[in-house]
Parts: sequence; structure tokens; C-alpha cells
Amino acid sequence: MKMLQIDIARCLGCHSCELACAVEHSRSKLLSEAINESPPPGYRVSVIGVDGAVGPLQCRHCDDAACVMVCPSGALVKSEEGPVFLNHALCVGCQLCVIACPFGVIYSDREGKAVIKCDLCRERLEREEDPACVTACPTKALRFIEPENVKE
Amino acid sequence: MKNTLTTHPEAGPRETLENAFSCGLETAWSRLEEQEPQCGFGTLGLCCRICRMGPCRIDPFGDGPKTGVCGATADIITARNLIRMIAAGSAAHSDHGRDIAHSLLIAARGEATDYTIKDEEKLKNIAGEIGIEVKGKDIRQLAEEVAEKLLAEFGRQDGELLFTKRAPEKRQKLWREEGLIPRGIDREIVEIMHRTLMGVDNDAENLIRQGVRASLGDGWGGSMIATELSDVLFKLPQPIRAQVNLGVLREDEVNIVVHGHEPTLSEIIVAAARDPELLKLAEEKGARGINLAGICCTANEILMRHGIPIAGNFLQQELAITTGAVELMLVDVQCIMPSLGSLCQCFHTKLVSTSPKARFPFAEHIEFKEEEALSIGRRIVRMAIENFPNRKKEKVSIPSKYISGVVAGFTPENVYQFLGGKYRGTYRPLNDAIISGRIRGAAGLVGCNNAQMGHDASHVQMARELIRHDVLVVATGCSAIGLAKAGLMQPESALKQAGRGLREVCEAVGLPPVLHLGSCVDCSRILVTLCNILKEGGLGDDLSDLPVAGAAPEWMSEKAVAIGFYFVASGVQTIISPSFPVEGADGTLELITRGLEKIVGAGFEFEDDPIKGAHLIIKHLDKKRAALKLAPMMYDLAPSALTLKNKDVEKKKR
Repeated sequence: MKMLQIDIARCLGCHSCELACAVEHSRSKLLSEAINESPPPGYRVSVIGVDGAVGPLQCRHCDDAACVMVCPSGALVKSEEGPVFLNHALCVGCQLCVIACPFGVIYSDREGKAVIKCDLCRERLEREEDPACVTACPTKALRFIEPENVKE
Repeated sequence: MKNTLTTHPEAGPRETLENAFSCGLETAWSRLEEQEPQCGFGTLGLCCRICRMGPCRIDPFGDGPKTGVCGATADIITARNLIRMIAAGSAAHSDHGRDIAHSLLIAARGEATDYTIKDEEKLKNIAGEIGIEVKGKDIRQLAEEVAEKLLAEFGRQDGELLFTKRAPEKRQKLWREEGLIPRGIDREIVEIMHRTLMGVDNDAENLIRQGVRASLGDGWGGSMIATELSDVLFKLPQPIRAQVNLGVLREDEVNIVVHGHEPTLSEIIVAAARDPELLKLAEEKGARGINLAGICCTANEILMRHGIPIAGNFLQQELAITTGAVELMLVDVQCIMPSLGSLCQCFHTKLVSTSPKARFPFAEHIEFKEEEALSIGRRIVRMAIENFPNRKKEKVSIPSKYISGVVAGFTPENVYQFLGGKYRGTYRPLNDAIISGRIRGAAGLVGCNNAQMGHDASHVQMARELIRHDVLVVATGCSAIGLAKAGLMQPESALKQAGRGLREVCEAVGLPPVLHLGSCVDCSRILVTLCNILKEGGLGDDLSDLPVAGAAPEWMSEKAVAIGFYFVASGVQTIISPSFPVEGADGTLELITRGLEKIVGAGFEFEDDPIKGAHLIIKHLDKKRAALKLAPMMYDLAPSALTLKNKDVEKKKR
């Protein structure tokens, strides 16, 4: 299974990945319409700056995922293929996963009734396309690659 | 290749493009692929780089920042950036006008002997109009006075631009009351730059109002001066037959392509290319002649006045070079891709830049001076001829089947004659046709090509749908070239596609259903035509009463924003695609659509589907017709196949 690699040195902090993520998770999948959707689609990746370095951060899809362990309703599942998926219908919005996540990449949705998190763009993966944040990145700071190709 | 590469069937040779692609050559389309996906903040207009506390961005989804560092909201940011586009567009058109006025001045003073005053009648008319005594003056003295008075319009500080007097009384009064009449061409542009500086004007409506004022300084000032004085200096165009598209390049002749905007140079090249001495030289080099062809608006200028063929519009500038048959491409200002020079490196083509304002990578610079015009023109033509033997036969591929006939050269002045006959020119037949419901109204199609959209596809589809519904179409700039390529300016074939009412009128007076009115500064001709129609009577007393609309369905240049704004400010509803970069700001969007309508009686509408765009126009014309209590359309039409198809698609979506 491919994974996301972030090259912090290449990230210029343009936030393009955030926009692309929100559009991908909108109903219309069109930027001009997505901005007017209610509730707003929200993004699952955010560009953060730490000590002068800037980079996009989204779910790491941990093997031993804390969020999956604490989820009382079984909404969060570590799939066989690798990604940690959220079943929105099962989520009760208890926010335990938000607390448990060591990376802070699970967000409460706008209404506070459920959480949202990166699904690696499930629909795109099925079409064998890279996640939206990866294609949106103008500097290729985000790449979607096989683990064996990850350079140190 | 991606779908962005789609060109309209008649638009241009796909083969040439594919050929370029397979040779590994870059074109606008391949570079667009590299750029994609393009930045969403920029698309929505939500970034600001005006001061160095930024760059700032507004989060359109509402999770992140709602203002820039200075506190500017999305509305302020988009309004500031939009009117800066107007400033750039107006500056470009107006600087072109200034250059033409300057050429007339030095020609009149005898400092540029290669130029003469070719249209004395028009000069006298203009002189009378702007309050210069005509009697007892020789033509050069008159030309000098006209040039001086119109040049003063650029630096004027107060009062009202002279040509705004051409607008109907009611419109002038509206502009005056709303504080929209431009005081000076340059002043309004400068004021935009001042107001949009960090910490000056921070009210979206106040900003947009200044944008409107500057754009009026373009349409009724800079652009109008460019058009009027070009006619004086190079003669008023007359309807003329010619050919368009890349097929006009010749395999056995020296091909010179003129590209850019100002006719001062291209007119001289036309003369130089007919020089017997140079023709003889061409023969010596093995060519059968010298073939001149144009790209973009300079092409429109020499097409209108001399019937010089057009090689293509904006997106065909690179393709012309990839035919391998162009000896020399000559450029001046505006819409010239900086990629041309490196593309020329792959062929024998020489790229020559001529304006001190515009230099390009890998171009040879031969600076153009009006004082030595013809000798510089000859030097450039000679250079092309001497380059002919370097042409590599194996690299030549002229898409010769891409060629269409066109009738061009319409102006507000000669349309009088067309409609009324030589001895009693009048707009009456047109007004009567509109009043009686044979013609629904008129639409002006203007603007550019945009690599993000199918090349010419929107122009052509929109124009076809309009003429089918009895809407007379007038076109300028790259839109006009696109429509000409599709055969819509050839009366014989085009009239078959027109609705019955429009066809009857066009056949009776001998016009194609789509009229070529010239270059992008010649959008001012559209304004003058509308004033003439209004004066003829029976269609209201302000431009906003007329059943007319404008459209720029494939725009890319800031010049199109300026044109759009002076259309709207003159009372002409205008359809735009792609949308202006303001979609991320509800307030600004509301302001330039419904808000402007309340102030000037017309606004913008954004619609990417050309058929839907055409129907927005039709709906608008019908609304205006109803307000004027005009007769119902004589031959109303069943919904077109295309609209039906669209409706089917919509149903399926549901």
C-alpha cells in the first residue's frame, strides 16, 4: 500500500492541499460551488508551522492506531489495505479519538456531531488516482509512494 | 493529451498541435498541464500581495483567516485586485491610443513622412465634433490640432472626456450624477493605483465605482481615440473579402507574420511587402512572392483595411511557428507569449521585437520609429526574405485545409450605407427589423482565447445559438477571428445557420449575420454603433433600453476586464466566462452583478456553458423588448437541439 510522504523542505505553505481536500470531500467537487455548500465540506489536512518549518499534516494511518482503540462505536477501523477509515454513520461524536490522536489530525465537524479525518481520498484511490492533496501540491512536497521508495 | 487540448473543429488544426506535442515542443496547452491544478485562492480572488505584511489569503471554507493582516476582508481584497486589472487593461488600450495620436501628430508636423492622412472626411468630422474650426485650415494643420487636442485627453485633470459627449444625454446625466464620468484617461488609472495601495480605499463599492470610471476612460477615451485616429491615419475600413486560419501560410512564398496590436508598424509592413525591389529579391531567393499574414489584433487592423489574411488568433501564435513555414514573426505589444523566442529556436523562424516597451527572450530587437518607418519596414521584410533559403523543407507542415473566407471591415459609418444605401445612409432598416421582431437584438462577442477552455469553442457555439435565435452578432478581437474561422462571417454559408428573421434582413441588405468590427480597441465602434441605433429612434432613450448584450466567453487578458466594465457602465449587460476572480467574495460578486445593475442599468453574469450563456443573452434581449413594448418575435423558434440536449443532461443529473 502506498503512503504519503511529506518533504518539509519543499513546502511553501500555500495551503493548496487544504483547498483540494475540501473540494474533494464536497458534494459538488467544484471549487466554485463547494465554497457555498452547507455544511461546508471542511478539510482533513492542515498546513502547520512549527519552529519556522511548515508542512501539511494529515492522518498517519497508524498501524497501532490510538483512535481505533478508543472508538466506542466501532466507527473507526484499521482496514486491511492500510488506511484507517471512518464510518460516518456509526460515529456518535464523542470526540475520544480527537483526544487520543497523537498528531491532532482528527477534527470535529462543523456541527460537532461527528468527526472528520483523512481517508486518503478513498474514491480517488479506487480510480487509481493519487489523493487530492498530492495532485494539488505545486512543489511536490506531498508524494504518494510505495514504502520501499521512501528515502531517508 | 487532456481535454484542455480540445479545439473547436474549425478553430485550428489539431494536427499541428499534435505534431508540436510529438516533437516535444511546448505550447500553452502543455504548459497549462504543468500548471494544473491551478491555485484555488487565485481562482477565487482570495489572495492579496499588495503590501509586504502579506502575502495573505482568506479561507473560503470559513475555517481559517477571514481577513488579511491589515484587516482587509474578501470583499476588499477582490475589489482592489479587480480594479487593478481594469487599470492594467485600460492602460494598455489607452497607451495604444496615445501612440496612434502621437503618430498622427508627427505625421501632421511632417516629421514622419511615411504616414499621410488617408481619411480627410473623418478627420473633419472629428474636428467638428471636438470643437475645432475646420474652415480655412489645410488638412495637416487640422490634423495637428486634432492630435494635440486628443492627446491632451490623456493628461486632462478636470471636466469630462470629450468623446463621452457621444453617449446619449440620459446616460451622460446618469454618469454625471453617479460621479462616473472620467476626468482624464491617465488620471483615473493612476487613481486606481493610489486607491488600492495599502490603507487607502477600503470600501468595495467605492473601489468598484473608480474601476467603472477608469474603464469608461478606456472605452470612451483611449480605445475610442485609437480607433478614430487609426481610421484618419490609415483610412476607414470598407467591407472586404479575405481568408483566415493557418492555411493562409504559403509553401512557396516568404511568410511574414505580424503579431501584436498597433497598426502603425503593420501598415508600413504592408507597404514594404509590395515593394517591387523586395519582390524581386524574394524571387531571387527562390520564393514566388511575399505573403503577409496576421495574428491577433494587428491582424484585424490590416485585414479590415487591406484584406491581408489572418493566420490565427491568440492561441495560434505558437502554432504558426510550428508550421516551420514562417520566415519572420514581427511583434509589437500585447498578447505576445514570451515562449515564442524559444520555440523559434527549433525552426528557422526569426522573431523580431519592435517596441521599446516590449522585449522578448531570443528575439532580435529592431526598434520601430515613426520617423524612419518605411526604411525600418523594408529592413525587416528584407531580413525575412534572406531567411527564406534557411527554411527546412522536411519541417514544413502547413495545415492547408484550414482556411475560411471572411467578409470583414464593418464600421458604424459604413453600416449606415449598407442599411440605407449609398445616398441616404440610415440605420432605419435595422431599427425597423428589431421593432417588428425580425431581429431580436444584437450581441457583441469580444475577448480572447483561453487555454483553460476549448479553443474558440465557446465563441462559436455561442454565436451559432445567437444567430439561430435571430440575434445579430458583432465581434472584435480574437473572438472575431474565431468566428471568421468557423465560417460565420461568410454570408453564403453563415446565413444558412441564421434564424429566419435575421436571414431575411441580412439577405436584403447584403450582410453576414456576424459582423467583424475590428480589433479590441475597436470595441469602441460597438459603443458608437449603439449610439447610432438609439439616435435612429424607436428603441428607448438610453443605451440600457436597447435589446443588446455583450459577452467575453473565453477571456484571459486584463484588457477584457476593462472592456467588460465599460460595456456594463454604458448600460450593456455582459456575460463573462471564466468568471472574474471575485467568486470567493459574496459582497463583491453581488456588487458587480445586481449592484451595478441598480447603478448603471446593467451588470455582469458569469456562465461557463456557451449555450446557456447565449440563452442568458436571449432572455435579456426579450426582457428589454418587453420593456420597450416591441412586437413579439416574428418567427419564434422551437428550442434548439443543443438546448434540448442540455435539458436532458440536467434531467439525468436530477
